[in-house]
Amino acid sequence: MTGLTDLGLIAIRDGVAKGEFTAVEVAQAFNAAVAEAQEALNAFIVTTPEAALAAAEKVDATRAAGKELGKLAGVPIGMKDLFATKGVQTSAASKILEGFTPQYESTVSQKLWDAGAGMLGKLNLDQFAMGSSNESSAFGPAISPWRRKGDTAALTAGGSSGGSSAAVAARLCPAATGTDTGGSIRQPAAFTGISGIKPTYGRCSRWGIVAFASSLDQAGPMAHDVADCALMLEAMAGFDPKDATSLDMPVPDWSALLNADLKGKKVGIPREYRIEGLNADVAKAWDDGIAWLKDAGAEVLDISLPHSKYALATYYIIAPAEASSNLARYDGVRYGLRDLPDGANLQEMYAATRAAGFGAEVKRRILIGTYVLSAGFYDAYYTQAQKVRTLISRDFEEAFKQCDVILAPTAPTPAFALGEKSNPLDLYLGDVFSVPASLAGLPAMSVPAGLSSDGLPLGLQIIGRPFDEQGVLNAGLAIEQRAQFSAKPEKWW
Amino acid sequence: MPLALFMGRDFRLGFNGKGCCMSVDTATVARIASLARIKVSEGELEAMVPELNGILNWVEQLGEVNVEGVEPMTAVIPNTLRLRADVVNADPLTGGGIRDAVLANAPAAEHGFFGVPKVIE
Repeated sequence: MTGLTDLGLIAIRDGVAKGEFTAVEVAQAFNAAVAEAQEALNAFIVTTPEAALAAAEKVDATRAAGKELGKLAGVPIGMKDLFATKGVQTSAASKILEGFTPQYESTVSQKLWDAGAGMLGKLNLDQFAMGSSNESSAFGPAISPWRRKGDTAALTAGGSSGGSSAAVAARLCPAATGTDTGGSIRQPAAFTGISGIKPTYGRCSRWGIVAFASSLDQAGPMAHDVADCALMLEAMAGFDPKDATSLDMPVPDWSALLNADLKGKKVGIPREYRIEGLNADVAKAWDDGIAWLKDAGAEVLDISLPHSKYALATYYIIAPAEASSNLARYDGVRYGLRDLPDGANLQEMYAATRAAGFGAEVKRRILIGTYVLSAGFYDAYYTQAQKVRTLISRDFEEAFKQCDVILAPTAPTPAFALGEKSNPLDLYLGDVFSVPASLAGLPAMSVPAGLSSDGLPLGLQIIGRPFDEQGVLNAGLAIEQRAQFSAKPEKWW
Repeated sequence: MPLALFMGRDFRLGFNGKGCCMSVDTATVARIASLARIKVSEGELEAMVPELNGILNWVEQLGEVNVEGVEPMTAVIPNTLRLRADVVNADPLTGGGIRDAVLANAPAAEHGFFGVPKVIE
């Protein structure tokens, strides 16, 4: 059937429930799209067409038996290759975990399968989710389906969830999981004209997600639109005793409670984000967003987040510090790669294994993290960064006394070309608008706002109070309804 | 570059060797790499020194923030530390008796153990 791959998550779920098409037909259509695009877009590290079909057959059988269908019944999705999937390689886009086959299923992926979703494959990402362009993947970067007007240069699909964004934007899957440590859901969503939400820290269990920076890592959905994100997040979220930082709170019916009427709501515009020389297209999208939210009934006011300018430096101490500790587990003993040179002792095996198994960016971050945690430097770097993090978090607390949500750009520029940013610091600076919400654990989402002058998608970011995913989604919906973003990448793959 | 200025400092200073504060040399990077158990060649070391100094000089800007009386962040969202019920195998997924699953991905499992190079001379 043609046209099935253009449908979003809710449209597929409803179509299957009504019998307009079967789940198997849907899985076949997406399996074909995945196979066709794999060589050009490199969105998947592993494809699992049989898993998608098996899940679909189960849904069709459940429906035929007249039994109740799950929240995502019949929806095939892409799974970022950072989630442990039982029996299917989970590599974190690294050589050190190549061939690693988990013996268990992550909590979030299990919840999605329980809701009736099926898996199309494991999606590409920056190695261990460290990166903003997908270029640190050991399997080559995912390529954006988008191209600049009149140009064929390969563009980044963003990072770290770049396989997820490329696949959803190219309609290889109606939705995908992402994880966000400093913007890894929001920035790729913005670069590819899709929606994505990072919920409050603790909403989604981290159990079975390959750890990068544990105090920041959060899973979330990436999909065509706000309603699809809301429904998928309901299926992903929920208390998990196996994650010590999991929130023991009920999961609201976000999708049923969506409401784009913002009368009585206040939207804060952080003046520190109005940086000199901000990309003109991005600045215009931000102004459009302000007008749309006013049109939806909201009052817009100027707010201050005075420590914003220190957020990136804070992040690039804390995240590498946690990463250096988390990645100590890759030692060539329990799982993954082992490099044992002739005559090497145990210590030499560790060092050789980690040298061979980690990519350049991962090594860079482990070294920075090791340095800032080392004796004599710990207080100057790490403790100082955690204190500044407290101040950044307080800035948001103060701001949310005046406003309900905050509107800002998701990223300072549209997508850039692969290879364009060769200096690590240039890449780090692209996270400037997404990192503060991560440091404060706040829910934040990106929704498409329009196209740049060279025809690339631009995203707007909404940041909310802790636990107020609803407020974030509602403001996102208000923007979505007014932005009327319908542009799609022209198919070249 | 305005974006760099927004960060509070022109990070490029670090690459010119004019950074204000602590900087690492080849010996220090070699020591960090050894602590992190990552083997690096001489060539890699040479390349890493300016890169790490660029990043470290850039993060030095945090030193200018007045943090008097500010507690370091410990939990970004207030949460309580739970204890699980003191029951053996309460959750079979994380319980015991799954030796083969634990060893399934080991590069050198032998006789039901993880195999490693000889550590006792």
